[in-house]
Amino acid sequence: MGYRLGVDVGGTFTDLLLFNVETGAFWRHKTPSTPHDSSEGILTGVTAICAAAAIEPSAIDYFLHGTTVATNAVLEGKGARVGLVTTEGYRHVMQIARSYVPGGLAAWIIWPKPTPLAALEDTVTIKGRINAKGQELRPLDESDVREQLGFLKSQGVEAITVSLINAYASGAHEARVGVIAAEILPGVPISLSHEVLPEMQEYERTLTTVANAAVRPVVGKYVSNLRAKLADAGMAGKLSLLRSDGGLMSALKAEEHPVNILMSGPAGGVTGALWVGRNAGIRNILTLDVGGTSTDVALIENLEPRRQRTTEVGHLSVRASALDVKTVGAGGGSIAYVPELTKALRVGPQSAGAVPGPVAYGKGGELPTVTDANVVLGYLPENLLGGSFKLDREGAKKAVQTIADALGIDLMAAARGIIDIVNENMFGALRMISVQQGYDPRHFALMGFGGAGPLHVNAVARLMGSWPAISPVSPGVLCALGDATTRMRTETARSFSRLASQTQAEDLIAILDEMAAQTRADLISDGVHEAEITSEFEIDVRYSGQAFEVPLTITADVLRADGVAGVLKRFDEEHHRLFTFNMDTPHEIVNLRAVALGKALDLPAVELPAGDGDPSDAKMRDHTLWMDGREQAAVIYDRAKLRAGDVIPGPAIVIEMDSTTLIESGCTATVDRVGNILINLA
Amino acid sequence: MPATIVQTNPTPFNKIVIDPVTLDIIENALRNARIEMDATLVRTAMSPGIREQGDAFPLIADHTGKMIVGQFGSFIGGFLNQFDGTLEDGDMIFLSDPYSCGGAVSHSNDWLVLLPVFKDGRLIAYTAMFGHMSDIGGKVVGSMPINARSIFEEGVRIPPVKIWKAGEYNSDLMKLVMHQTRKPDWCQADLNALIAACRVAARRVIEMATRFGDDVYVSATQELLGRNHRAMQELIGMAIAEEPVSFEDYICDDGVGYGPYKIKCTMWREDGKVVLDFAGTDPQSAASINFFLNENMFRMFFGIYMIMVFDPQILFNDGFYDLIDVRIPEGSLLKPKFPAALSGRTHALGRIFDILGGLLGQKTPEFLNAAGFSSSPHLFYSGNDTRPGKNGEWFQLFQIGFGGIPGRPLGDGPDGHSLWPGFTNVPNEFLERYFPMLIERYETEPDSGGAGLHRGGNGIRMTYRLLSPGTISIHDDRWFVPPWGVNGGHPGQRARKILEKADGTQVIVGNKVEDVTVEVDDQLHFITWGGGGWGDPLERDPALVGKEITQGLVTPAGARAYGVVADARGQVDAAATEALRAEIRGSRGDLKLFDYGPSIEDLRANCMAETGLPAPIQPVWLEAAE
Repeated sequence: MGYRLGVDVGGTFTDLLLFNVETGAFWRHKTPSTPHDSSEGILTGVTAICAAAAIEPSAIDYFLHGTTVATNAVLEGKGARVGLVTTEGYRHVMQIARSYVPGGLAAWIIWPKPTPLAALEDTVTIKGRINAKGQELRPLDESDVREQLGFLKSQGVEAITVSLINAYASGAHEARVGVIAAEILPGVPISLSHEVLPEMQEYERTLTTVANAAVRPVVGKYVSNLRAKLADAGMAGKLSLLRSDGGLMSALKAEEHPVNILMSGPAGGVTGALWVGRNAGIRNILTLDVGGTSTDVALIENLEPRRQRTTEVGHLSVRASALDVKTVGAGGGSIAYVPELTKALRVGPQSAGAVPGPVAYGKGGELPTVTDANVVLGYLPENLLGGSFKLDREGAKKAVQTIADALGIDLMAAARGIIDIVNENMFGALRMISVQQGYDPRHFALMGFGGAGPLHVNAVARLMGSWPAISPVSPGVLCALGDATTRMRTETARSFSRLASQTQAEDLIAILDEMAAQTRADLISDGVHEAEITSEFEIDVRYSGQAFEVPLTITADVLRADGVAGVLKRFDEEHHRLFTFNMDTPHEIVNLRAVALGKALDLPAVELPAGDGDPSDAKMRDHTLWMDGREQAAVIYDRAKLRAGDVIPGPAIVIEMDSTTLIESGCTATVDRVGNILINLA
Repeated sequence: MPATIVQTNPTPFNKIVIDPVTLDIIENALRNARIEMDATLVRTAMSPGIREQGDAFPLIADHTGKMIVGQFGSFIGGFLNQFDGTLEDGDMIFLSDPYSCGGAVSHSNDWLVLLPVFKDGRLIAYTAMFGHMSDIGGKVVGSMPINARSIFEEGVRIPPVKIWKAGEYNSDLMKLVMHQTRKPDWCQADLNALIAACRVAARRVIEMATRFGDDVYVSATQELLGRNHRAMQELIGMAIAEEPVSFEDYICDDGVGYGPYKIKCTMWREDGKVVLDFAGTDPQSAASINFFLNENMFRMFFGIYMIMVFDPQILFNDGFYDLIDVRIPEGSLLKPKFPAALSGRTHALGRIFDILGGLLGQKTPEFLNAAGFSSSPHLFYSGNDTRPGKNGEWFQLFQIGFGGIPGRPLGDGPDGHSLWPGFTNVPNEFLERYFPMLIERYETEPDSGGAGLHRGGNGIRMTYRLLSPGTISIHDDRWFVPPWGVNGGHPGQRARKILEKADGTQVIVGNKVEDVTVEVDDQLHFITWGGGGWGDPLERDPALVGKEITQGLVTPAGARAYGVVADARGQVDAAATEALRAEIRGSRGDLKLFDYGPSIEDLRANCMAETGLPAPIQPVWLEAAE
């Protein structure tokens, strides 16, 4: 026996996916989110999905959860009031940040001045100095430290962050300040920068530590509330949260290091895509997660998603590992408009959001959106499954007509123009993570999910040359599926900053072994059996003087066998792939990382009954839509009735509970043995 | 003799009618290609100037050399007219001499590569990028001697030459060039990065042409140019009056004792075109503060300021150039005669933006920003590292500082930020790890931002403790003539530099100095200007002023400029504030549209007392600029 429950809380809906570990059977459920207290919506969903599966909540062993609670706390400034202790002379480290103003020339005129995450009035400095070698130049002045902490106490701060200059080289002063802070502010959580992020660059280290401190109480409250509610409902399973890097961490660890779950939300879709890819036998995947206001894209190579060393939240770039997910302001709710001055067609980044939403939803929206264009063209049929929700096609037409008039073209051309532009924006984001990183998109499949991904996936695949275009099983709850099917993960990083020529493999192995022991202990304390843990290492290398490092994954055995020279050879190959040249400059080994992973789960997918290739049994009705500049006959199918091996010629539409798949003319879709729709050029 | 373009396929491009959607898609793809150029550059460059600070500028042009994407305007047309040679598939042009390209690059430190992009035997586009090299030889470290008398003192000067010729790399040429610099490793890496960025963009252009068809691609670029033209035509009619408006501002000094130098621009509309006339600008300097201003570059700056507000997503291009008539007198500070020295042009380049803002905002004060586009303050520090274990290793640092962003209609100016796109500061921990220095202070300078309803951003006080003997050079401005405030806002504070010796004695250092000898444990206080204020400071919420006292951004003394009486803990005395504001209102007279601070005469008279430096001497010219 054994059930895993994945739960993804989004802005509008809470998605649940219950997975029977032995049979691979799963149940899915969507329920409105309850933003005032997410646990309400979650519990409603748990009750419903357990009823559907005819099990008791107590049968659920693992509750696996992707949440945007930390993200929102940062974006909406609802984190804790953080007191920041930094080195004398650096009080404005958060105010000056990196002095960077985004945008082009003159963009400073329209750039709003950001407020630091730790308020300046709650930032104090202390005497005492450590140099870049980690040597003490001036001792801590403890009476000064006590006075400053006393001031922060009187300010009423809810969390303390200590981030001193060069703490990456020696944390001695920070540790001592931490001890004194615990005395003076008992019960107030304390974050030390050399523990949270022992890496060079004072602004990034401070920001990351402050972000961690700011979201800690919020995440703590959220988790304990959720845990209590679940216990009340009779669930005794283990509660884990999805990290930004696609692994799981225990809720307990997440409370301590919430900076690791800032991008928990988007990571769910990518881990879901991994599960789908594994079962469909497709190893190279570009993901296209289309939501209401934005689209997230990521790259998976050989069933391993690309990760990056920073997590972007709003305008903040926090140093914590995350899946390399790029977000572009293009989604179903993106508004189309034509600026008077240039008469260009622009789509987004402004969005109609959930309220008032697209015109077709009839909730008061008046501006034409991408969804409206899809309705006008017939890609989103007016009567969705069950007929409970009817789209206002006439309203959508009226709105899109305003665009047609402004451009001087006809209605259908304007609607298709909106779709083409939004697809192009998605294409741009996909290029950034593929072509720009030296990957040929023709070697990848494109998987569309989220509410509107399967509507756009075919057209975007055409632009990319990425085939097949995949509409996975349960595209609307793929994030929850990802939550349910990924594994435990933790990592630690250290600055190394030494020339490769002065480094022996043994030096690296010694440090990496120590880091591995630390990460393994982490997982063990999270309840993972020692025997199930695997360790991986990463070494960041660059040409000395460059700002950009290439992370290389390696094992201790390979490092022993090939030595540092082997690492450098791989770096040169990777550098050449990315930038088309190599240099004679010496190599620098910049950072070391150790990753510990829990057991990889072998979770099967349920196979569909085999059909005879003819999808007629699933046909709902005939339909017409606009494509390739003309009206065309199409067929609408019910996804639940499709069989393995069914072949669907385009143009066609496949409908299910929470998503619609569009198969374009000139393409053919095949249903694979586990229910994914794979679209290829005919 | 203009350049001869060698095409193996003479078929001209056909003009095709482009539907608006395809056009927007191509525009978007071009924008992405440009972003990719920047990303490629930053990742592979090595000098802190480019990799950390992003001091480089990309461009994609159409087959005739008109800029389709970029922000510094196209120089290619002018270059082609001057270039006496052929251009064929596999060629790549390399240059750095401002006098050989009409000022496309404005000092020899900027290395430019230009790649003509051929597809199926036809020239279909150009991609180009230039970036600032940290050292190109010459008489001082960093190659920007403020006291240079001619360009020959400013390092290696590269006329347009082919770094690649029909696919063959000219390694002898590069050996010769790299032999001139103190930092061949940085120069080589940065040049590689520029080349890689141009190649990436070229690849994207070819992909686009393949996807849409060559004729469609080329026709789309023409239509994009047309779109800018139409937009600008409309804006000019709307926003520029026939009656001339003028604005003038100053460069404080030339680093050899003379100043200030006036830059004046007058703007009016005539026959549907804008005339921007720099008559009245002072003649060229005998030192290196001259700024060889490329007319197209100025057209682009003007266009960006105009269009930004109305369709921020537009891709700026050269399409509107014939609508803007730029007149720069020969022999002036902005069009110096060969072989005038040019390396210190950054101050005039920055000032151009204050002048643009002052010109365009006069008729629409609600869109007017205060001043603060001072320049890029430069610091050079070099020597042989005498610390134990360093074996006297040579080091050289070139760092760009930042100041206060002006008060704006939108709100306060950010403190200690960059007005240049893409620039970031260098992390202090990076400096301490790789250079013999300790950064003792890196905070904003309280009260340096001009008071206003919207406060000007504060400048930065950066204190370097130098750990090895060596020399420093400083290039900064706005130390004599303050950054002005607008709509009743006050001017920002001026820049200062102080050298504090180990025994505590302080020496005021000039803001444009070369080769100052420094000793171990000297502390250099590098203080930049604050942005001017926007709007009446008496309208600012006293509670906000009090809060900024607790934040260390304003002092109790500085609060009085807002008519606010508060103590060191930011507690506002409401009654005293009321009284002080009434008193100020009663005595100050009408609010000024521009508050320049004291007159040049008064600034001169009080210079020593206020700045610790002798006043610059009024330069005298034998003949005015024509």
